Amino acid sequence: MNDIDAIAALQDPVRRRLYEYVAAQGREVGRNEAAEATGVARTLAAHHLDRLAEAGLLDAGSRRLTGRSGPGAGRPAKVYTRSRDERSVSLPARDYRTAAELLAEVAEQAGLDAGLCAAARRRGEALRGSAAPCGGLGEAMEMLAARGYEPHLEAAEAAEAAEAAEGATGAAAPVVRMRNCPFHAVAERFPPLVCGMNLALLEGLLGTGGPVRARMDARPGECCVVLESSKNNED
Amino acid sequence: MTASGYDAHLVQLNVATLRFPLDDPRMAPFVEMLDTVNAAADDAPGFVWRLVEEGADDATALRPAGEDVIVNLSVWETQEALWGFTYRSEHLDVMRRRREWFERHIEAHLVLWWVPAGHLPTTGEALERLADLRAHGPSARAFTFASFYSADEASADGAALGAHPVGRHGS
Repeated sequence: MNDIDAIAALQDPVRRRLYEYVAAQGREVGRNEAAEATGVARTLAAHHLDRLAEAGLLDAGSRRLTGRSGPGAGRPAKVYTRSRDERSVSLPARDYRTAAELLAEVAEQAGLDAGLCAAARRRGEALRGSAAPCGGLGEAMEMLAARGYEPHLEAAEAAEAAEAAEGATGAAAPVVRMRNCPFHAVAERFPPLVCGMNLALLEGLLGTGGPVRARMDARPGECCVVLESSKNNED
Repeated sequence: MTASGYDAHLVQLNVATLRFPLDDPRMAPFVEMLDTVNAAADDAPGFVWRLVEEGADDATALRPAGEDVIVNLSVWETQEALWGFTYRSEHLDVMRRRREWFERHIEAHLVLWWVPAGHLPTTGEALERLADLRAHGPSARAFTFASFYSADEASADGAALGAHPVGRHGS
């Protein structure tokens, strides 16, 4: 199915709600859960989830949700995740991706990391405009969501939390992680260059000296940056 | 004999020319990250082996490629395992700041190749693969992430076996 048909499949409002719900979970979602979350009947949800899978927007699989197998374990349930394939439509046709890849290739060869990061930081600052540095993780999440990063809050890992809680309340400091890398295709080809650019852009967007800071904490399948409260974790 | 699945392991050699001596204060952030990053490698899924100087925690004092060139030599079960560690772990932050600490290389500074599982490469063997890549471009004997060859392709070429590069035979 081509990109226009795939995207057109989202015109149906129920289907779109289901797609957005599944995409936002970042894990496999069953039919019952999707139906409940979007407030539609299970059969209707099942129908639309399968249409979304046919359109290539979701990946469908099956899983025994009970974790049992063999006779008596019941039929495996159908589960859905957002497809990792990218879809884009540009009218008239534009090809910024090829331009980005070529520019990144040359920047990589020429070792222009520092210049690229400086430009990204300036761009982040310009996008923030005259606004004060980002005031908190909640505000940061809104800003990231608007830029397509799909942020979600996560409790800090035990070791980091212990470090961060030094002399403080002892509560685990949450961090904001991002499920989506808006620069995915070029970041996969030139990770240090493009991930460094992304970090600098986010630093510019957040502003310096505020209560939120960005740092690199790469993990499989997610954006390489996390945001955290700068008070909790002073170097 | 086939070189696929767990029968073959992927080796990586990286050479990096230091901008300043390792005890220079400008190198301190890099030196401070070494233990964390090496521990991340040792714990990474698919990690097999890395070169370590006898009696030390890492290989930074071994200078087989020149006095100011540090080498990084390691063995992995799969391409995904090596890629995941290189670009999706604490290691990425070192890569991000590479220009602060290392000279930009005009020639290839990374080379990958397949070996039979259980074979641990020597630095001499590794530098031969790098020389092969620099002299002849990517092949099943010596390649990069961007010009990757599978273990099966290397096996068909005879390139995964033995310490010495083997030329392509026949077609």
